[in-house]
Amino acid sequence: MNNKTAAVQMRNITKTFGSVVANDKVNLDIYKGEVLALLGENGSGKTTMMNMLSGIYFPDEGEIFINGQPTVISSPKDAFDHGIGMIHQHFKLVDVLTAAENIVLGLKEEGRLNIEAVAAKVKKICDAYGFEVDPYQKIYNMSVSQKQTVEIVKVLYRGADILILDEPTAVLTPQETDKLFAVLRNMRNDGKAVVIITHKLHEVEDISDRVVILNHGKFVGDLITAQTSAQEMTNMMVGRAVELNINRPEPVDPRPRVEVQGLTVRSSDGILKLDDVTFTANSGEILGIAGISGCGQKELLEAIAGLQRTESGTIRYIRDDGTAENLVGKDPLEIASMGVALSFVPEDRLGMGLVGNMDLTDNMMLRSFREGPSFLINRKKPRLLAEKVVKDLEVNTPGVSTPIRRLSGGNVQKVLLGREIASSPTVLLTAYAVRGLDINSSYTIYDLLTRQKQAGVAVIYVGEDLDVLLELCDRILVLCGGKVSGLVDGKTAEKHQIGMMMTKLGGEAANE
Amino acid sequence: MFDLVSFIPRAVAQSIPLLYGATGEILTEKSGNLNLGIPGIMYVGGICGVIGAFLHEQAVPADEMTALSAIGIPMLASLIGSLLMGLLYCFLTVTLRANQNVTGLAITTFGVGFGNFFGGSLIKLTDSDVPSIALSATSNYFRQALPFADGLGWFGRIFLSYGFLAYLAIIIALASAYVLKHTRVGLHLRAVGENPATADAAGINIAKYKYMATCLGSMIAGLGGLYYVMDYACGVWSNDAFGDRGWLAIALVIFTIWKPNMAIPASILFGGLYILYLYLPTGMNLSIKELYKMLPYIVTIIVLVITSMRNKRENQPPESLGLPYFREER
Repeated sequence: MNNKTAAVQMRNITKTFGSVVANDKVNLDIYKGEVLALLGENGSGKTTMMNMLSGIYFPDEGEIFINGQPTVISSPKDAFDHGIGMIHQHFKLVDVLTAAENIVLGLKEEGRLNIEAVAAKVKKICDAYGFEVDPYQKIYNMSVSQKQTVEIVKVLYRGADILILDEPTAVLTPQETDKLFAVLRNMRNDGKAVVIITHKLHEVEDISDRVVILNHGKFVGDLITAQTSAQEMTNMMVGRAVELNINRPEPVDPRPRVEVQGLTVRSSDGILKLDDVTFTANSGEILGIAGISGCGQKELLEAIAGLQRTESGTIRYIRDDGTAENLVGKDPLEIASMGVALSFVPEDRLGMGLVGNMDLTDNMMLRSFREGPSFLINRKKPRLLAEKVVKDLEVNTPGVSTPIRRLSGGNVQKVLLGREIASSPTVLLTAYAVRGLDINSSYTIYDLLTRQKQAGVAVIYVGEDLDVLLELCDRILVLCGGKVSGLVDGKTAEKHQIGMMMTKLGGEAANE
Repeated sequence: MFDLVSFIPRAVAQSIPLLYGATGEILTEKSGNLNLGIPGIMYVGGICGVIGAFLHEQAVPADEMTALSAIGIPMLASLIGSLLMGLLYCFLTVTLRANQNVTGLAITTFGVGFGNFFGGSLIKLTDSDVPSIALSATSNYFRQALPFADGLGWFGRIFLSYGFLAYLAIIIALASAYVLKHTRVGLHLRAVGENPATADAAGINIAKYKYMATCLGSMIAGLGGLYYVMDYACGVWSNDAFGDRGWLAIALVIFTIWKPNMAIPASILFGGLYILYLYLPTGMNLSIKELYKMLPYIVTIIVLVITSMRNKRENQPPESLGLPYFREER
């Protein structure tokens, strides 16, 4: 490590938000020609740390040296000037502009705007590192992976030597991830410093040369990736030994609970979102749903919960005594009262299910406010429920009267899931339940889902991480462009096979 | 027989205030500021021009006026008046992050009140018999068309018979379209209105762009008020005569799907609809006339219905229109 030059040295960095300490005297070195993985649980201060390097936040204390020089980075522009480029988790792109326009945005070059010249330079960068970008394509027409590529090219176009990627693989398919990692290796070999923020251990092992671990805003370790193990990293990250395997008991007495037949759904602007989808979800079983984001997962869950208008097809809910009822055409309240619970974690976490400005108790009440005969609401039961959820799911909150908005993402998700489970559903629909969550919270949620399954609930789990889907689910339904691409057994399926099915109908085995 | 040669010049004259207002509002909205104060700002632009011209006419006898001062003083007064209104709007919405709709409506109410107060005062000062104030000497300079226009028949009447402010309006609209589409400043401005967080991360000064676009837009809109008094109304100011042209200008912004070059034909269309009732055959029932006066507003409603069926992303309003921007929000 000594023969490498430090591109960035961060010394004794402290940053607080109100009473929350996000970073506490953290030291961090970034070297040229190396991929550094920044590993830590949610709220451990990884992103905050890097946001200070990219000028989004300003450290309360501490110093930053770039190429040995003490440097003050007070705005994103300063960061660019020092060759630091960050690719955020939520892409910072303007949807109605083209790729090339987004790439030159904010640049103060001489002369008039010459998009052709920009496009030519973009092409050169793409050829050098192996990207594919159409400079004239509008952002809103792009897939997530394409958008990410534009972000990376944008940073390189500005001549960045230090690249920071915040959870870049969260939204990619395995194939796209491989492609991204190949590009990152090219950059490393080109002498650039690459930092990747992640909490997926296998990715750390795959791509990084060195790994720095943060825990609750404090620095806990700096390891050479080749000399460590997943177990060691996890223990350092969580601060205690953690069981890394998901326990998957055999389904107990699986019986059809929800039968979806030929379901077709169109969005309000007429785009076909689900096309002739047919499957059965059994009680006592976790049915995973895999697919690239935007392939109809959301519409499928919403259709079952009665929030989405369907064009054709039936959704039959089968009771324990064998009687069946069609859910299509029923209103959401009626469906919910039949025991179908939806816990949907949208991209912005608070968009659906919870109200950010209301506290935990009030959010619990959103489900139960119709209960009871009185005109006035009874706050006692919801408060007890909120307290129970906080205790059972280890929600990190100052109290049940804290507005949800103040909680970190993982805790928000626990509250949402906790509330849905508390209504003792017979069907539990969850989407992206662990999106953006750290390992420890994720496993708490997997455990919760598994317990629901053992209690005989039919769980439908829309997930992003294929490794988890394969470990958690009994069966996995793969969607591709709104069609069912395949239904595989969670115990025997292979990741690569699912990845292929996600991108192409039927995958390799078209006879599936 | 419908007389196009007399209709078109009147439609154009009617359209110029709308074009100024629409161009100004498009620039403003491109920065993400929904400035509903435009009607008030146009009103202030008009009355400030009137005040400038009034003081100038009081100080200098008509035969000693020069074109430079007769045009320059009212124009400067008008620009300063509307700039101050724009600055007030920006200070409230960008710096203090007040609600844009409420601020805009307050600015409109304030602007109209301001105009009527000073308009009323001036009318009192002149001791005139009618509730209006005439500034014909200044107006003549504003209305000066090209000297050879009369000799060119219908061509001259349709294309060359206007005062310089009409041509300026078209030049400003075309220049705005070019700047928005083909320059770095325009690209940055569009990014600020679409996604300020992204623009901020790209190193663009959000507040600066919002202030610049809104103030410039206000000044352009203010010229619309000036044109109305000095050219269209022949220098006669009477309270509330400007009417609802400011709101029509805002409707035009949606009609043109935020494109200043589209605002030129669209404003002429609106101007034509505005005066169409004057061209009804004589002897027609008066109530029919009133129905014709509704046309611009009916078209606006139809346009709103059509544009709300948004199919194309490019035709939608700037994404963060009406929203304040905070940087360190978590």
